[in-house]
Amino acid sequence: MKDKSLKKVLVIGSGPIVIGQAAEFDYAGVQACRALKEEKIEIVLVNSNPATIMTDEEIADKVYIEPLNLESLTEIIKMERPQGLIATLGGQTALNLACELDKAGVLKEYNVRILGTNIESIQKAEDREQFKNLMEEINIPIPQSEIVSNYQDALKFSEKIGFPIIIRPAFTLGGAGGGIARNEREYEEIVHSGLSQSPINQVLVEKSIAGYKEIEYEVIRDANDTCIIICNMENIDPIGIHTGDSFVVAPSQTLTNPECEMLRTSAIKIVRALKIEGSCNVQFALDTVSNQYYIIEVNPRVSRSSALASKATGYPIAKIATKIAMGYHLHEIKNPITNKCAAFEPAIDYVVVKIPKWPFDKFSSGDRILGTKMKATGEIMAIGRTFVSSFKKAVTSLEERFTGLLYRGFEELSNDALLSELYIQDDRRIFRLAQAIYNGNDINRLCAITKIDKWFVAKIKEIVDVEKELKRAPLNRTMYLKAKQFGFLDEEIAKITQTTYETLNKFNIEANFRAVDTCAAEFSAHVPYFYSTYNEEDEVEEFKQQAQKTYKKPKENIIVLGSGPIRIGQGIEFDYCSVHASWELIKRGYESVMINSNPETLSTDFDVATRLYFEPMNVEYVMNIIKKENPKGVLVQFGGQTAINLAEKLHQEGIKILGTSLESINAVEDRKVFEKLLRELEIPQPKGCAVTSTTGALNAVKELGYPVLVRPSYVIGGRGMQVVYNDDELLTYITEAFKFSNEHPVLIDQYLEGQEVELDAVSDGRDILIPGICEHIERAGVHSGDSMSIYPSQNISRKNEKILVKYATKIARKLNIKGLMNIQFIIKDDKVYVIEVNPRASRTVPIMSKVTGIPMANIAVEAILGKSIRRAGFGVGLYKKSNLVCVKMPIFSWQKLNRIDPALAPEMKSTGEVLGIDTTYKKALYKAFLAGGHKFSKAKQRVLVSLNDHYKKPALPMLKKLFKQGFFIMATWGTHKFLEQNGIPSKMIEKFMIDKLQKRMKNGRLSFIINTPTTGKNSQNAGFQIRTIAQMYGVPSFTSIDTANAFLSAYKVFDKNTVLTYDTITNYRKKKFLGMFK
Amino acid sequence: MGTLILQDGTVIKGESFGAIGGYEGEVVFTTSFCGYQESLSDPSFARQIVVMAYPEIGNCGINDFDFESDRCYLRGLIVKNYSKQESHYQAKETLANYLIKNNVIALENIDTRSLVKKITKYGTMGGFITSNDVDNDFIKEKFEEIRNFKIEEDVLDEVSIKSRYVFNPQGKINIALIDYGNKKSTLNELAKRDCRITVYPYDTEAKEILENKFDAVFLSNGPGDPANYKNQILQIRQMMGKIPMFGICLGYQLLALAAGANTYKLKYGHRGANHPVINLENNKVMITSQNHGYSVDMVTLPKIMRPTYKNLNDNTLEGFEITSLGIYAVQFHPEANPGPEDANIIFDEWINLAQKDMNRINEV
Repeated sequence: MKDKSLKKVLVIGSGPIVIGQAAEFDYAGVQACRALKEEKIEIVLVNSNPATIMTDEEIADKVYIEPLNLESLTEIIKMERPQGLIATLGGQTALNLACELDKAGVLKEYNVRILGTNIESIQKAEDREQFKNLMEEINIPIPQSEIVSNYQDALKFSEKIGFPIIIRPAFTLGGAGGGIARNEREYEEIVHSGLSQSPINQVLVEKSIAGYKEIEYEVIRDANDTCIIICNMENIDPIGIHTGDSFVVAPSQTLTNPECEMLRTSAIKIVRALKIEGSCNVQFALDTVSNQYYIIEVNPRVSRSSALASKATGYPIAKIATKIAMGYHLHEIKNPITNKCAAFEPAIDYVVVKIPKWPFDKFSSGDRILGTKMKATGEIMAIGRTFVSSFKKAVTSLEERFTGLLYRGFEELSNDALLSELYIQDDRRIFRLAQAIYNGNDINRLCAITKIDKWFVAKIKEIVDVEKELKRAPLNRTMYLKAKQFGFLDEEIAKITQTTYETLNKFNIEANFRAVDTCAAEFSAHVPYFYSTYNEEDEVEEFKQQAQKTYKKPKENIIVLGSGPIRIGQGIEFDYCSVHASWELIKRGYESVMINSNPETLSTDFDVATRLYFEPMNVEYVMNIIKKENPKGVLVQFGGQTAINLAEKLHQEGIKILGTSLESINAVEDRKVFEKLLRELEIPQPKGCAVTSTTGALNAVKELGYPVLVRPSYVIGGRGMQVVYNDDELLTYITEAFKFSNEHPVLIDQYLEGQEVELDAVSDGRDILIPGICEHIERAGVHSGDSMSIYPSQNISRKNEKILVKYATKIARKLNIKGLMNIQFIIKDDKVYVIEVNPRASRTVPIMSKVTGIPMANIAVEAILGKSIRRAGFGVGLYKKSNLVCVKMPIFSWQKLNRIDPALAPEMKSTGEVLGIDTTYKKALYKAFLAGGHKFSKAKQRVLVSLNDHYKKPALPMLKKLFKQGFFIMATWGTHKFLEQNGIPSKMIEKFMIDKLQKRMKNGRLSFIINTPTTGKNSQNAGFQIRTIAQMYGVPSFTSIDTANAFLSAYKVFDKNTVLTYDTITNYRKKKFLGMFK
Repeated sequence: MGTLILQDGTVIKGESFGAIGGYEGEVVFTTSFCGYQESLSDPSFARQIVVMAYPEIGNCGINDFDFESDRCYLRGLIVKNYSKQESHYQAKETLANYLIKNNVIALENIDTRSLVKKITKYGTMGGFITSNDVDNDFIKEKFEEIRNFKIEEDVLDEVSIKSRYVFNPQGKINIALIDYGNKKSTLNELAKRDCRITVYPYDTEAKEILENKFDAVFLSNGPGDPANYKNQILQIRQMMGKIPMFGICLGYQLLALAAGANTYKLKYGHRGANHPVINLENNKVMITSQNHGYSVDMVTLPKIMRPTYKNLNDNTLEGFEITSLGIYAVQFHPEANPGPEDANIIFDEWINLAQKDMNRINEV
């Protein structure tokens, strides 16, 4: 039964989104908070990530958006005195922090109990040595391995067992720093990287069992020792590729009953031995030709896999795990779906496929090879009645240019070349496999090459065969139906068979929707959670009618388009917006209908909207739903670019886009129209033009003057924007761009290196409400998502503030903006220019909502529904400044991605963000760096400075500061000379002494690096190499002198022994600026 | 095109991938996602047409190791999607081959979820499955026939053995097992615990068993309506109190009837690998494998029968004991296959009890 002594509980969030820790912990955290609320327990929530829903004040009672570290949590515990702490819902971050708090004696001192799985269990599961011992004790086979904390010991192990060997660092996210070594050279490199990244300087070296099947079990256990399996999952990719980077299917497909039960029994045995109270993920390797298996690892907490299992089955894992943490037993908890008890195992009557979303479209130079280190930023999930339909839907859900398995360029390779490429384990291997099947290769041979089970290969062949069949025979109804059942899009079928949509429509075949109900229809369950299929009964209509019966008067429905997988540039903030939009619609008396494909989000929880459709964010799938739902309209402005991209196509189908019109959306995206619009409004903008030749480019620059911002009008191979300073750089860029395609012009814009300013607003077409203005720390030229930014702005004059508001109002009225918009400005030489308008939710909406207390997404929905924003109660125009100062800091996932230049550029590279909040700018800045994981130390170390010519002069004040603050400057030749001329002492180093630098970084004798990049994406470039090595050793490298400058300011706060205080976001907003200094 | 005709008038077409022909049967569904080989060879499915709720069937083919008996007893198999390409290192043949050899009609490409919903709404139904595309006259004729379809008591004759045999002769604990359609896994579990099992046909007289001085009698699972088996109940009653007795599924139902309780038909039965059962003594929960269409009516239990397990889904009785007579029985399948092995521990408990109770009975 519930522990009645619990009145107040601390929930620790997972911090910023990084590779290996994405939105799944926001979903888990929110479910946890809702479960606690149901029990009337007061919730204290701490998270440094402001884009989350869990940090909403309606989710938790007290919300601390503060750095996640021992110090802050200790202070918060001291103030709040919670009786309990939930650490298993905030990913590895929360788990590690709970261990730290325990070790430091904080929990004991303040009498805080760890709820659910206790520290001892967590440590047994996480500490390689303890875990190994426990497994041996309970007779669970574990691959031969050794825990080492230096390379010498690692070497002894490799001499004993030979290569390949897997290296797994202890306590790191998503296996950061690990890998498979095939020889001694790789071994040395990976062991070192692993040792340096492990917080306890420990790695596990292990006999490689690459090629085994990888099978996962999601287990829940309660204090009564009841254990249930939510589902098992099979990785389509064999062991050797991180499960987060694998194609995964649920349930397992290629295991016999004895194999399933053998692993199930082992999973339960392990979970019982660990005394888990809550959720646990158990990963096994299973031989393909015997029943030999090994345990690989366990995650004694809610994880990415448990989010997937939760969405795949409908079983609310995080919620139930929280109830268990409160002391409930599984059989005392109700399963909200079936109204039976929660102590049962879901039965599913469909197949679920998950595909990771990798950032290689953004990082064309990145190392695409997949291994034990996770590289995906997010994932999609698809549900289908059969494997083939689910798989095909999953591929469509990736939102790539190509929706099918074929025609991805591999058809151009000779078959021999293709087969040799098939050995490459990267993100494209499934598509190579499909092409190899299409070429007619023997599937046994393909299985041998890829180590993918024949069952999956045969299924992919079935899909490929349908395509062949379509090509061969004239299309009839039977064939069309078959293709639809296989998940082919009309667009694809029309193209392959060279028919028109009209012909396809004549077949009169409609998608049907089935419910996800945890019980394979065994019990009557009324869950509004659907997926599409063909040639089956439909369950939506019945559900809709029943829902209507419960209303006093009939309700209309409105569709909210979600944002698909988490990727760089489209993160959790759009899930925040979609979820709020859905909630607001319900509040306003509508039925909300959510469509999304991302299993890691709250928006795909079945109780967030009136009805949830788990479907690809593709126009055909969306239209199928619209036909069923017959909505009043569709909201496209909350789901990021994914949703916006659908607007045009939906409009063509005659669907009403609610809020800002499609015309306005297009107006800002069409360069010419937008230019004209700003001219009409008399709003200044940087000058620019499009060129189609090198001479054209040179002429254009004569008029515009350097520096200029260049970008292709059409994205080719991820080549993006760049700032160029002279003819040489310009010509290099242009020649490269035209090499790919000279049909598409290159856009050249005046590059104004000024102060970048950004604002978000809500408008009803007449009035506009601007919660606040943010100013960027880095000068223009860095993508706004990668800039640090400050609210309220610190350096903008009253006059310019007024101009900003004036321009925003003009634009909002002209475009008849209904809902959200975001505008980016540059102020240069006291003149305000508009550089970008986004008529939709932006990355900063959650932050601005939280720091000002204005629920922007909700007001936007009201405005869209026709309510004047004047009635929202926050007035119009620029809202009064909050009494707090906050600094947003982007977070990057460099350590997960090899060969990616960490230099800040006009292209976005960050995966997440943190927020530092305090009463002064300095303290907020310091907190932002702390939250970003930067370490400050009294022992001043060396700083390596290497600046390009362009930035030497502007960097001078910062360099002076650096010296004055007691850092020892090492500089490359040019920079050294420059410093010498300006009287700043420095030690000159050879740029090419990379080995020496590497040693320094490893020994912690290099504090950080300031390195402004030279242009060109040349990976041989020494600066690039230094930055990359710095990534590996976790040494901060600042590529913008402004970021470096900000870091020095933060260092000053640290040097002054400033004592930080922590408070809730609610209190910070209320605090009077003055009188609050300690 | 094959056809499934249901007693409520439903006619469903699908592609035939099994044997040629047509059969009547009781249409039931199971929700277990793996273990079709075990289910197909489970004699408890005799004379039934089984709908697989999980859509992908046939993935691992058929191997030599996972049979629960030496052939198929069910009459029809209905799936959403049959995997033509099996893949498993143990696989000896495809599912389709096996079905053809065993004369089981099988249909694929059927909207199984709708079928499951129908069964849960109207209850288990009589049906006719055929590999042929049939006309309306034929359908009309079949409606009449299947309306009164019942699994008659002669089914035991079909699933049981003809003459007794001994399994694991070197075992130390001497067990008699009455085979009403026994699964191999039960024998394996007992053998693992050092039992020597003498397997008897379903119609063996109590006298014969009692004469042979066993340590305990085991009553197996099996098909059909337990209340039909009057003679079996009579024989069981004659053994009660004279020897420790254990029952699984049908064996449990027969023990309950012999002890004076009643059974009734469940609307659509329990068939799957995910049924939660609570131990009423210590409140521990197990996930169990189940396959039954009848249940022992909790309210009709005589005082002497103590309920031991309950189903957490629908609160039906899942186990009882009569300690004074050394009788222990469960409705679910501790031998699993297909399904979870959680309840395996019951065999340990029972074997311990068998030894203890036999001593006690001998003393009395």
